[in-house]
Amino acid sequence: MEIYLDNSATTKVYPEVAELVTKIMLEDYGNPSSVHMKGVEAEKYVTAATKSIANALKVQEKEIFYTSGGTESDNLALIGCALANKRAGNHIITTKIEHPAILNTVKFLESEGFEIDYLGVDEYGVISIDELKSLLKPETILVSIMHTNNEVGSVQPIKEAGDVIKAFNPNILFHVDAVQGFGKAEIFPKKMNVDLLSISGHKIHGPKGIGILYINEKVKIKPISYGGGQQKGLRNGTLNVPGIAGIGLAVSMITRDLKAERERLYELKKYFLTEAAKIDKIVINGCPRDEAGGFDVEKTAPHIMNISVMGVRSEVMLHALEDKGIFVSAGSACASHSKKESSTLKSMGADAERMDGALRISMSGFTAKEEIDTLLDALRELIPFYARFIRK
Amino acid sequence: MFSSFLIKYAEIGIKGKNRYLFEDALVRQIKYATKKCSGEFTLSKTPGRIFVDADGDFDYDEIIEKLSHVFGIWGICPVVRLDVIEPEALYKEIITFFDKVYPDKNKTFKVAARRANKSYPLDSMELNKKIGEELLNAFPELKVDIHDPEITLTVEIRDRIYIYSEIIPGPGGMPVGTNGKGMLLLSGGIDSPVAGWMVAKRGLKIDAVYFHAPPYTSERAKQKVVDLAKKVSAYTGPIYLHVINFTDIQLYIYEKCPHDELTIIMRRYMMRIAEEIAKETECQCLITGESIGQVASQTTQSLAVTNEVCELPVFRPLIAFDKEDIVTISKKIDTYETSILPFEDCCTIFVAKHPVTKPNLGIIKKHETNLEEKIDEMVKTALDTRETIIVTEE
Repeated sequence: MEIYLDNSATTKVYPEVAELVTKIMLEDYGNPSSVHMKGVEAEKYVTAATKSIANALKVQEKEIFYTSGGTESDNLALIGCALANKRAGNHIITTKIEHPAILNTVKFLESEGFEIDYLGVDEYGVISIDELKSLLKPETILVSIMHTNNEVGSVQPIKEAGDVIKAFNPNILFHVDAVQGFGKAEIFPKKMNVDLLSISGHKIHGPKGIGILYINEKVKIKPISYGGGQQKGLRNGTLNVPGIAGIGLAVSMITRDLKAERERLYELKKYFLTEAAKIDKIVINGCPRDEAGGFDVEKTAPHIMNISVMGVRSEVMLHALEDKGIFVSAGSACASHSKKESSTLKSMGADAERMDGALRISMSGFTAKEEIDTLLDALRELIPFYARFIRK
Repeated sequence: MFSSFLIKYAEIGIKGKNRYLFEDALVRQIKYATKKCSGEFTLSKTPGRIFVDADGDFDYDEIIEKLSHVFGIWGICPVVRLDVIEPEALYKEIITFFDKVYPDKNKTFKVAARRANKSYPLDSMELNKKIGEELLNAFPELKVDIHDPEITLTVEIRDRIYIYSEIIPGPGGMPVGTNGKGMLLLSGGIDSPVAGWMVAKRGLKIDAVYFHAPPYTSERAKQKVVDLAKKVSAYTGPIYLHVINFTDIQLYIYEKCPHDELTIIMRRYMMRIAEEIAKETECQCLITGESIGQVASQTTQSLAVTNEVCELPVFRPLIAFDKEDIVTISKKIDTYETSILPFEDCCTIFVAKHPVTKPNLGIIKKHETNLEEKIDEMVKTALDTRETIIVTEE
């Protein structure tokens, strides 16, 4: 038995996507830049994928660019925009709870002379629009805010932020890292005043090594790597045709039943949090309560839950669950290689014990209620045992 | 250009009547090392040295790399091997050799010729003189220095002719398998792989035991230990790695004994278990990476208390080494990068903030009686359920 609840780290590829990717690798393996039949054949896949992605985002096809994944999309958006707009100013605003792909990129820009401000978050991991207003200034050229937080699943007020930014100065570029949010929430950049949007293939049951960057046609941006002039010279290199076709299909599949799937996941999340909160030693991170005292899950992402088991280090609980075939992660999977504590939880004001014991459980369209029940049973069984052995 | 390697060994040359045992072991180890290289090699033993002759194509860097991992080798000389030819033709070959190996001729040299094949027209002395002359004629910048030359060019006339001048240092020590077998307590740290390497260098075959504590230590921590064993096995040959599930014992000690004595009592049980496996697998000693004063469990008092449970001798080759010196060796044997990967090992998970540094054996023994009810059974289970992984270089 294998219960995979680490879908914010990566997801299982849709069988249809795997089939398509395999077919392209083995049969339609041409280079879209080639003039002959094989090239034309390959190009058709790219055109079709771009069309379905543009439809899903309600943007123009020429505004879709392909990268190697979320990290590259974030890098290209931030560095490319900073370089192209540095005459207009040198101030960039982001948040304290971004993924390292953003945080380390703005750190680089800071070393290159840009000035960075970081928005804080409240106890539920949400930024304040008022603080954003107060940080905007004439030198501001770029704001980057994630849609859904990868560690706790908090959702940022993107539409409000976009309105505030554009009201202050319509020339300020607004980038959104939607790697965790896309496919779990309806995201239409043009309706949210978003100029650039990052998406990753492997978080939405597509292949690894492929990402999307939506760039509004009006955005001034420079390439960050150079080569054969593909993708209007902005993102050079032979197109990853299998990856592009794969992410195209994954996008159309995941957005097809989005509304119904969101509701189903919200129900599961509410059920899990309500039951988990009854287990001794568990505290819930990042989910506000409604007036009746229940979990107001709809203020958060439908698929990410974050809990802390007080007194038991997350690695221990993670491996104990793993022993039962249940896969979850500690804090953020991307950051867990470093010994650093979860920066999102820290920014939310959590104490050391809460950060030490934090577990992230992230669901997908494949997650069934029985699996959540198995996880709850495992927690009920394991926590009383492991809570006996604490570090003194 | 080179087609043979002359293997020089120092220490095993002085072992009296047992010498052939050591030489045979070294030949065996060299055979094992050359088997891993592309190409075919023939080994021949002459008194005091071993020749590795390449038959056809081979990768020079690869064979040097493999040979420099064989304990017992003091030096490796890359050799040009020729069929026996007339002196005039030989001089030409030597001049070509010299020109290739030493682009800069502003050097001092001497010739050390040896005629073992008495049918050759010139004897050793004549060869020295004649070869020296020819070289000086060919390269006027060269100078002769008989007492302290920068280059010693050796020319040996046997059933073939061997020309060499460079010595690549080998690891030294004695061939693995000539000095019994030891059980290494291997953790994921910097010290224990170095300890194993050092003892193996004295001719011991090595097996290892690792204490795994899931879910407190991860599968990656175990993989790290396997990877370390792999690095060491590049020198020692295959290592039998015994993985003991130590969690239950550790938690039992945690619940029954004073917290500040946890580590020392735990270490005593590790030694007991390691010794059981050692006896079962015919090892004559235990090997640890302990070094005086490094941590609380390695004070002299703690070492004495840990040592008390063992009947077999415990070899602690790093006992008086500073950490820096251990790190230097671990870098040299390529275990350092793996050792510093950040996975927790079972010694640190419950470590007390203030562990005892001067444990009293009587008190420790008294507290160990708290474990009487279940501990023997638990040790037996740990031994019975151990996983044995045969770790080889590949």
